[in-house]
Amino acid sequence: MTAGVASLGSARWAVVQRRVLLYVVLGIFVVLFLGPVYVLLVTSLKTFQDVSLSEMWVFPRAVSLEAFRAALIRLGPNLRNSFVLVIPATLVTAAIGSINGYVFSKWRFRGSNIVFALILFGMFIPYQAILIPLVQFLRTIGLYGNLGGLILTHVIYGIPITTLMFRNFYAEIPDELLEAGYMDGLELFGVYRRIMLPLSAPGLVVVVIWQFTSVWNDFLFAVTITQRPGVQPITVALQNLAGSQVVEWNVQMAGALIAAVPTLIIYILLGKYFIRGMLAGSVKG
Amino acid sequence: MRKRHLILCMVIAVLMIMPAAVFAGGRAERPAANELEIFSWWTAGGEAEGLQALIDIYNERYPEVNVINATVAGGAGAQAKAVLASRMQGGNPPDSFQVHAGQGIIATWVVEDFMEPVTFILEDNGWMDDYPADVIDIISYQGEIYSIPVNIHRSNVMWYNRSLFADNGLEPPASMAEFFQVAEQLRARGITPLAVGGTDGWEQTHLLESVLLAELGAEAYRGLWTGATAWNGTRAKAALESFLRVMEYTNPDRAALTNIDAAQYVAEGRAAMTVMGDWVHGYYLSIGHTPNEEYGWVPFPGTAGNFLMLSDTFGLPKDVPNPQNVERWLTLIASREGQDAFNPIKGSIPARTDADRSLYDAYLLSAMDDFGRDTIVPSVAHGAAASESWVTRINDVVNILVNNRNVDQAANEFQSLAQQYAR
Amino acid sequence: MIRSRKELTKAVLIVSPSIAAITVFVYGFILWSLRTSVSAWEGIRPNYTFVGLRNYARLFRSSRFQIDLWNTAYFTVFFIAVCIVFGFLLAYLINKQIRGEGFFRTVYMFPMALSFIVTGVLWRWVLNPTAGVNVLLAGLGLPSSWGWYTDTTRIGGFHLALISIIAAASWQFIGYTMAIYLAGLRSIPEQLLESARMDGANEFTIIRRIILPMLRPITLSAMIVLGHISLKIFDLVMAMTGRGPAFATDFPGVFMFETTFRGNRYGEGAAISTVMLLMVAVVIVPYLAYTFRKEHS
Repeated sequence: MTAGVASLGSARWAVVQRRVLLYVVLGIFVVLFLGPVYVLLVTSLKTFQDVSLSEMWVFPRAVSLEAFRAALIRLGPNLRNSFVLVIPATLVTAAIGSINGYVFSKWRFRGSNIVFALILFGMFIPYQAILIPLVQFLRTIGLYGNLGGLILTHVIYGIPITTLMFRNFYAEIPDELLEAGYMDGLELFGVYRRIMLPLSAPGLVVVVIWQFTSVWNDFLFAVTITQRPGVQPITVALQNLAGSQVVEWNVQMAGALIAAVPTLIIYILLGKYFIRGMLAGSVKG
Repeated sequence: MRKRHLILCMVIAVLMIMPAAVFAGGRAERPAANELEIFSWWTAGGEAEGLQALIDIYNERYPEVNVINATVAGGAGAQAKAVLASRMQGGNPPDSFQVHAGQGIIATWVVEDFMEPVTFILEDNGWMDDYPADVIDIISYQGEIYSIPVNIHRSNVMWYNRSLFADNGLEPPASMAEFFQVAEQLRARGITPLAVGGTDGWEQTHLLESVLLAELGAEAYRGLWTGATAWNGTRAKAALESFLRVMEYTNPDRAALTNIDAAQYVAEGRAAMTVMGDWVHGYYLSIGHTPNEEYGWVPFPGTAGNFLMLSDTFGLPKDVPNPQNVERWLTLIASREGQDAFNPIKGSIPARTDADRSLYDAYLLSAMDDFGRDTIVPSVAHGAAASESWVTRINDVVNILVNNRNVDQAANEFQSLAQQYAR
Repeated sequence: MIRSRKELTKAVLIVSPSIAAITVFVYGFILWSLRTSVSAWEGIRPNYTFVGLRNYARLFRSSRFQIDLWNTAYFTVFFIAVCIVFGFLLAYLINKQIRGEGFFRTVYMFPMALSFIVTGVLWRWVLNPTAGVNVLLAGLGLPSSWGWYTDTTRIGGFHLALISIIAAASWQFIGYTMAIYLAGLRSIPEQLLESARMDGANEFTIIRRIILPMLRPITLSAMIVLGHISLKIFDLVMAMTGRGPAFATDFPGVFMFETTFRGNRYGEGAAISTVMLLMVAVVIVPYLAYTFRKEHS
């Protein structure tokens, strides 16, 4: 009996040890993940004089918002451009994706699966493969070099992913509900409007967050389609800021933080939906 | 019922296009107003102020013309070039745009028939002889001049930290042999002999062109761009070997530095020398240094008597609404008054040889003296000697050569590029 | 479900604008790109003179593109490996009914919300050879003269500078990998593991014999997702290093962009994009086919 207690004690000790080890490992990863963020914050709160290469990890002597002010002056217009771009691009794509998703989940016409797969392929392609014709096309219709061209681009190349997300979401809604709608005399679009749409809220949130984040974070389309600094969204402006001759690291870090804030806020406030969207949408990359 | 869905289908289609269509009207449709749009990447510092000085004179002379100063920042002109390309392709050229002298404008814009010749600007004013013949040669294509140089920069300048040299009892090297001796001594004392940048891809080519000139001389150097000198010949290969030897004395963190960062290394005494265009002089002034106090300069070792030139120029695109305004602009920048208004502020020397010397500082005067005396050869790193496509591919080969140190491979690649591009 | 012909026609009508848009903007444009890739277009004016496979021949002969392909291969392998190993490790540990699970998850996954541009700008500072991690290492008395992304050493075709890109990219995607593994782990019935423990199996055996085999579909899709991100990588590199010393951090996406939109060599740019498309298609088409077949059965 005593032997049993002793072994139980040592077993428990082993469990405790293992728990401690577990937290230590998790803690190390927390440091690895937050370390860069610490540097970001600390550098952005320093004055230009205070940014010394050898004291990069040291807390600023005096907290200063100088860098943020400088970054906002330079990036302010681009921040606005990003919102002007992201809001319509997100809403329109979500609307189109929703009705497409409804059709592809509930109305399997002949060949609909092939068509759907062909649409889906559009989100996997490296966009470099359509970039040259895209630029030529936008130029022809007078949308090259402005936000309109960029919005159109994001709307169209956003269709596959939003369609997929809504399709998977609507697939969960039981067919019986739709049948009932038909019994009540609704037809195709009526069912969508009266039955599907009211049930769409969680799916819509996921899609909107996903699309908002990926359009906000896009760089390739933005840098190709907009070259004038006045119309560029924030990712391109940040990249230009970082590539400019005089390296003001504090302003760069402040700029990076400003560019990250909108999506980070969404992540923190709506993390659950964000992650759901990420799991559903990350196939796009 | 089906009609309703047809409408719905159209609604969706319109929805797709609508938010974009809002912007379609925002395209820069220019009214036939009396305007002059000057397009450049001079957005800050001395170059922006110099441009403004020119515009001020223009406004004074022609108050009825509304001058639009259209600048595009970013990427040392890369963004501006992209905007320019899209506007030219779209048939909406600016009235006059900044472009590098030589192949920078010729291969990209003249050969493809986007530009009007402007030889008459110099001829009608009797200014042909006020520009060095070598310069006229560089800006001409098939007997016609296509752009007016507003300034001249020199590429083959070696800047050095005077106190580092004095403290170690060294003299700035005048030949390649001396360079290697000096570099060896500096390295033995733990000082990086030569600072080089690398973030923008052309910095090492900038160094290479000076080495090529030093080892080959002006004639054979020019031949590299016309096909007369073989890149894979014995002499060119020896020059490439020499370039690799020079690279051995450079800082290892090149990839993290711009050309200005490299100049800063010299200013801070972290390196002894750097080879860069004379905008570095403007940078040193801006950080409060005085020429011949903190920093000195010599032509790159072995290139004394030669002036590797690059220049910003402006031209006259085809189909602009008010060519007369542009001709007046080009006349202004070609004039002595225009060049003397611009260059002291920008920190470059005039392309004309009759400038008012009292306006220029010690460095610029020394560069002007050399410019008047020396053999003038076109820079490749800055687009005077070779087309933009060629230069970017040269940059690529240099970037690999510096690392794998395979001279034969590089020489062959250079040679096949020359066969493709040399004219 | 009511599937009258009329209703199906309506359904097709509703999705037809999207189908049209994708047909033009994806398939039409791909064909147009292919046409460009066999054209002589070099310069400002489009020039569709047919030149056969000349652009491809030039491409595969150029040292830069060969380096790009090596970089892509190495980056893909290490990026996937790091994400999967650490993603699984974190998911496994978090799944141990720990306190503060929400906190750990939030921390590990927040980089997913960032733009690659933000990550690139940030990591360029963190790995700056004269500041950054080196200073920290020196403070700890460790070797601290690493060149990071400025390092030009190449070992067996592997540029050491790539390590910096791999680190930054993994920082961003380990959280994602963890999330999908976590979802997978939660779906493994606890009794299964319990009975294995009863049989005296230790943790490693359980991981190897039960957990990993059950998570194989997740590992596969993680590999697909991460792999096709790495084949297309562009933003991160542009923000962090550009092409790098001796193209140590150059990738086809960067090469394509510079060739086409900075160098105006459209024919060659289109050829690079075609190669990229083929690489991605090799990964994605079988995956799509597999997914759809599975869905049907």
